[in-house]
Amino acid sequence: MARAAVEPGLRPLAWEMRGRVALALAFVLLAALPFVLPLLGAQAVVGLATRMLIYAIAAASLNLILGYAGLVSFGHAAYYGVGAYVVGILYAHWASDEPLLGLVPGTDQFLLAVPAAVIVSGLAALVLGALSLRTSGVQFIMITLAFAQMLFFLFVSLDHYGGDDGLIMRRPNALLGLNLRDDATMYLVALGALALYLLLLSRIVRSRFGRVLSGIRQDERRVIALGIEPYPYKLAAFVIAGMGAGLAGALMANMTRFVSPDMLHWTKSGEFMIMVILGGVGSLFGPVLGAACLIGLEYVLAGLTEDWQFYLGPLLVLVVLFARGGLSGLLGRRAGVGGSDG
Amino acid sequence: MLEVQGLEAAYGRSQVLFGVDLAVGEGQVVTLLGRNGMGKTTTVRAIMGLNRPRAGTVRFRGGTVSGLAPERIARRGIGLVPEGRQVFPTLTVRENLVATAADRERRARPWTLERVFALFPRLEERHWQRAATLSGGEQQMLAIGRALMTNPTLLVLDEATEGLAPVIRAEIWQVIEALKAEGQSILLIDKNLGVLRRLADRHYILEKGRTVWSGSGGDLDRDADTVRRLIGL
Repeated sequence: MARAAVEPGLRPLAWEMRGRVALALAFVLLAALPFVLPLLGAQAVVGLATRMLIYAIAAASLNLILGYAGLVSFGHAAYYGVGAYVVGILYAHWASDEPLLGLVPGTDQFLLAVPAAVIVSGLAALVLGALSLRTSGVQFIMITLAFAQMLFFLFVSLDHYGGDDGLIMRRPNALLGLNLRDDATMYLVALGALALYLLLLSRIVRSRFGRVLSGIRQDERRVIALGIEPYPYKLAAFVIAGMGAGLAGALMANMTRFVSPDMLHWTKSGEFMIMVILGGVGSLFGPVLGAACLIGLEYVLAGLTEDWQFYLGPLLVLVVLFARGGLSGLLGRRAGVGGSDG
Repeated sequence: MLEVQGLEAAYGRSQVLFGVDLAVGEGQVVTLLGRNGMGKTTTVRAIMGLNRPRAGTVRFRGGTVSGLAPERIARRGIGLVPEGRQVFPTLTVRENLVATAADRERRARPWTLERVFALFPRLEERHWQRAATLSGGEQQMLAIGRALMTNPTLLVLDEATEGLAPVIRAEIWQVIEALKAEGQSILLIDKNLGVLRRLADRHYILEKGRTVWSGSGGDLDRDADTVRRLIGL
């Protein structure tokens, strides 16, 4: 085999090309969606699709630690909620014109508030991850859950920011003269954010760092025996995942113009996990499919019956039992894409 | 370079090592022999810190390493090829080699993908395959390549030819010989006395967790009866 083919291309080139073409096509189709749906009289679906995209970011971020590093974090909603609250709180201080703690001025600027949300949720993940990652297995699941619940109750008790009732934003953040109230605009912003985050994740997963994470999931002691301390790798992944969740929360705050402690509730963490498992653990696009599927099912089933969760449960059981690798695994077998470790 | 003295180790309450002594010098190939269950793998695990020694010392390149965390011992320059290969099954061959690679000593001629592929051409042919799809022999080659990519000062091979077809075995012995010719220090656990006699500078035999015999290849012939009894050939 020629040396040129050996160098950076991991698989035969035709494969890679086919994947890229399919991706570009999917992106174009998705970008056209908000303009096509109204023509079909399905304007309302644009908002639903936006929620799918935003949840896809959160699920994809959880998948980095759950799917690639094997860290079952049961508190991922905490970072999602923190991201949302950063946007909401900065907006509230901007609206009331009182600096936060007398120091930080509020803002309604998307390009300030959203990066701030990403950074703050990353810091939260750094602190909580640094503590949680000293444990493993069931203890890790429990401690991430416990920290998330602590944050949940913290926001419940913050009466100044609405406590239980949450915070209402009168307007979404201002972004370069775009109107984020417009469904199609918000959809495209979410699509762009998802595309960027997935691009970042695919880079990370294919890097040496990502391969070490996979090694840690497969057998931590093997990695250790080769001279690598897993802790910094796990912590870095935990922070990157927390930042992704913060991004999703910040977008959701802009879309719904409302943040509340419910966004940090443990059931939300559970939903993110279901999206990842449904879509395919450890595959790049699995969580996107999982998020779309769960939100879609929720929408359809909730329209049919009030007891939709009763029917959702068995569906999930079926996926776990018969579709190992989730939806992306099922599709992958047909089309030759996706699969674990994408 | 590696000096082990009075090493004792246990799994829970059952003690396995009762006093292992051995030494590997710069550029030497040294073997650890003995029947199954005599503590060879446990010795390797204790040296690597994967099992915390209960007593005794392990010194490596002048410093005491016993009691250190395993990743720190590995970083000092011990590259382990574990028993049963233990490659990362879902990573490709290339990823297995690159993920844990390091050149901490800034060697003049560090191990690179190209050099490992030159050593094991089969790995180059299969560089994009998942490790799980490789044959046992290829996985063994991959495990050796992966350890070499950490540029170890001492390479430890635990049963590197066990359960492999004779052709593959021969290929692996050839590689070990080539490594020796380059001056790589190696600690070998194996049962293939014929090859080992030719290859190794020194031999240690364990019985019931103790070093009970040591000597050169010549000593091995002189004490043939004792050796045969101890390693059960």
